[in-house]
Amino acid sequence: MIAELGHLLAFLALATAAAQSYLGLTTGGEAPRRLAVATGMFLVLSMLTLVISFVRLDFSVALVAKNSHSLKPIIYRIAGAWGNHEGSMLLWCVIMAGYGAAAALWMRNDRLRDRALGVQGLLTLGSLTYLLFASSPFTRLADPPLDGGGMNPLLQDPAVALHPPFLYMGYVGMSFVFSLAAAGLINGTIDRDWAKRVRPWALTAWSSLTVGIALGSIWAYYELGWGGWWFWDPVENASFMPWLVGAALVHSLIVTEKRGGMAAWTVFLAVLSFCLALLGTFLVRSGVMTSVHAFATDPTRGLVLLAGLGVAGGAALALFAWRAPKLASGPEFDPVSREGALVLNNLFLSVGAALVLLGTVTPMVVQWLGEIKVIPPESASLSIGEPYFQLTLAPMIAVLLLFLPLAQAAPWRKADLSPLLKWLTPAMGLALAGALVAMALGGWGIWLGFGVLVGLWVVVGVGFDLWRRVGPAGIGRVFRLPLTVWGMAIAHIGVGVFVIGATVESAARVERTFPLSNGQSAEMAGWTFEFQGVHSEEGPNYYATQADIKVTHGGTTEMIHPEKRFYPVADTSTTEVAIRKTLGGDVYVALGDTIRDEPGVWRIRIAHHPMIDWVFGGASLIAVGGFISLVARLRRRAPAPAESPAIDPTAEAPATPGVGATA
Amino acid sequence: MRKRSQRLWLIGAAAALTTGAVALAVMGLQDTVAFFQSPSDIAAKGVANLKQSIRVGGLVEKGSETHGSDGALLFKITDGVNTVPVVYHDIPPDLFEEGKGVVAEGKFDETGRLVAKRVLAKHDENYMPKETYDALKRAAESGGDKNYGKEPTT
Repeated sequence: MIAELGHLLAFLALATAAAQSYLGLTTGGEAPRRLAVATGMFLVLSMLTLVISFVRLDFSVALVAKNSHSLKPIIYRIAGAWGNHEGSMLLWCVIMAGYGAAAALWMRNDRLRDRALGVQGLLTLGSLTYLLFASSPFTRLADPPLDGGGMNPLLQDPAVALHPPFLYMGYVGMSFVFSLAAAGLINGTIDRDWAKRVRPWALTAWSSLTVGIALGSIWAYYELGWGGWWFWDPVENASFMPWLVGAALVHSLIVTEKRGGMAAWTVFLAVLSFCLALLGTFLVRSGVMTSVHAFATDPTRGLVLLAGLGVAGGAALALFAWRAPKLASGPEFDPVSREGALVLNNLFLSVGAALVLLGTVTPMVVQWLGEIKVIPPESASLSIGEPYFQLTLAPMIAVLLLFLPLAQAAPWRKADLSPLLKWLTPAMGLALAGALVAMALGGWGIWLGFGVLVGLWVVVGVGFDLWRRVGPAGIGRVFRLPLTVWGMAIAHIGVGVFVIGATVESAARVERTFPLSNGQSAEMAGWTFEFQGVHSEEGPNYYATQADIKVTHGGTTEMIHPEKRFYPVADTSTTEVAIRKTLGGDVYVALGDTIRDEPGVWRIRIAHHPMIDWVFGGASLIAVGGFISLVARLRRRAPAPAESPAIDPTAEAPATPGVGATA
Repeated sequence: MRKRSQRLWLIGAAAALTTGAVALAVMGLQDTVAFFQSPSDIAAKGVANLKQSIRVGGLVEKGSETHGSDGALLFKITDGVNTVPVVYHDIPPDLFEEGKGVVAEGKFDETGRLVAKRVLAKHDENYMPKETYDALKRAAESGGDKNYGKEPTT
């Protein structure tokens, strides 16, 4: 019964989304608001029924039978609801409608909200149609199996259980930014008020995307057993492109909000970020490439996604082309100013995104050209990997970051460089000294030095800027700086921390594979690893071969147990590495396979990943900074008049509620 | 006039940056792209450039998996007609197995062995990299083993 209820709820949402889009784009007012809330509620409940089916192991539901198993732990039964194509599409719809409902509840009532709800309704309608008619998660089986097919064991992991919801909060969050852009273009007003109201949504989406990408990266680091955290795989690039454009957007929105400038460009970025999110979904789901995300390759799914991308992107760009010439360009500014710096930021980030796009789609385009015989098929297969992305992106990011502390300190309209430079000279000195130390410790690698220099320059420069903002009043005032400044500073420090971590980790990483038999030892980076054989363990739904390795380091000794797991239901093995955290980085031990013809000899892979926590820590700081900026924005807003009549004396004058505030 | 100069430097900055990016991209694409070749392609054409990364795909030949004295993994990739010897100084992926699909990426050494930097195995029991499938199919069409496996899509 419960699956039918979920199916019915999704159909109800289809109806309310249709009504929401029609009324939102025409009459507006209270009706589309209520309908948006209803669409969101129906879909949340629908998702809940699917989760219940997964938890109760209702194998008469085809999706549960295919993706769950009675031996699977409860948390992965829940996560299993979105760990497959159909369930994740439902999650997509839930989050899309959820953004609509949130906007209906919290946004000021005017034409921008109505029309944004209307466009959001259209997007939800499209997604739901695809869900219900091309990939329904509620299909029943006439002849239910006794047990399910299980879930890809690689995905049975806490980080991956949370990765899709956050990633979708980001990807799909861009849909509401897109809707606001389309609504603004329909209204013909892209002004400071528009930017002010778009910013919280853009910040929510972009910060969530940051968390989602970081979770995926952490998972790859410890679960795949290679110790890498970014492979420049098309799947990763698919999420990195909207992230870069989203980063450009949250910066250009500042110019539009504070100065009324860059309006057309900001709207363009808002449209583009959702188009790239759709492109990413297409690349990942259509089967044009293979990964753990391509749950099953189905060309028709790819075509539907591509058509959706074409329709949404094409319509929005047409709208843009029609309205953009009429948009006001903001007040003039000097190249050396905060506006100028933010323009530069946007140029670098969007050119960076274009380079990632080029490297990601070229192999696919070439392969397609081979398939349609434009070029000989045997020469139509190539791969573009890490060297390309490092060569092209590293210089871009480095130059961008050299400007960052200056940009953060520059005033609007026109900046005088010389006092800024004077103020920041000690920061550059500190960064140079730090880089020299790093080079001395790390063997004088030029890239190592340069990366550390850039990262430290950002961290120290941002610190100096905070100090300057505090002024001579004393260090105690640092906590009274506005939240917006903290959000910006923390995110920027996160960028610096990330760059330092990423450079040091990739320059000074040591990894080696040792063939070891019982009693043999290996040494690396001052650690001794004595292999003492393997033994068997049994988990809830897997069998494990665990190695016993005695680790000695500086007089302390402990046992570590890297293991290989075999999941009989899915007939696959996974690697569970043993990681020991130290101040300087991770010691990372993975158990390989036995060496053929030599029983008892195992390949053990030992690696040292220096400063790896700075990589993930930096990414987390970026997300935290984004969320702090969001909170700062929400706190500044007037309380909704209906719910809380009390007047907050610290809030800015509340905007007049009512229709036509932007008209 | 001010407005115009503002536009001018904007366009100038964008043009300079784009030129730089295009130059970087061209450089990047020239040096770092790895082309896919099947063992038969390599047998037919040889290896022109030892500095060029190459991806070789096929099946791990049955009975070819051994190890060097330093524990390195040695195996051969076959497309049913020709084989390519591969050496890999790391732990192969979990799904690496004799008789199953594999793609190895790396550079050839003077002795004609592919020194792999990366070895990719199939992602699940049904999947075979598309390029592997195509390579096996081409080899089979030119008179090799007809049993080259299933279609890559499930």
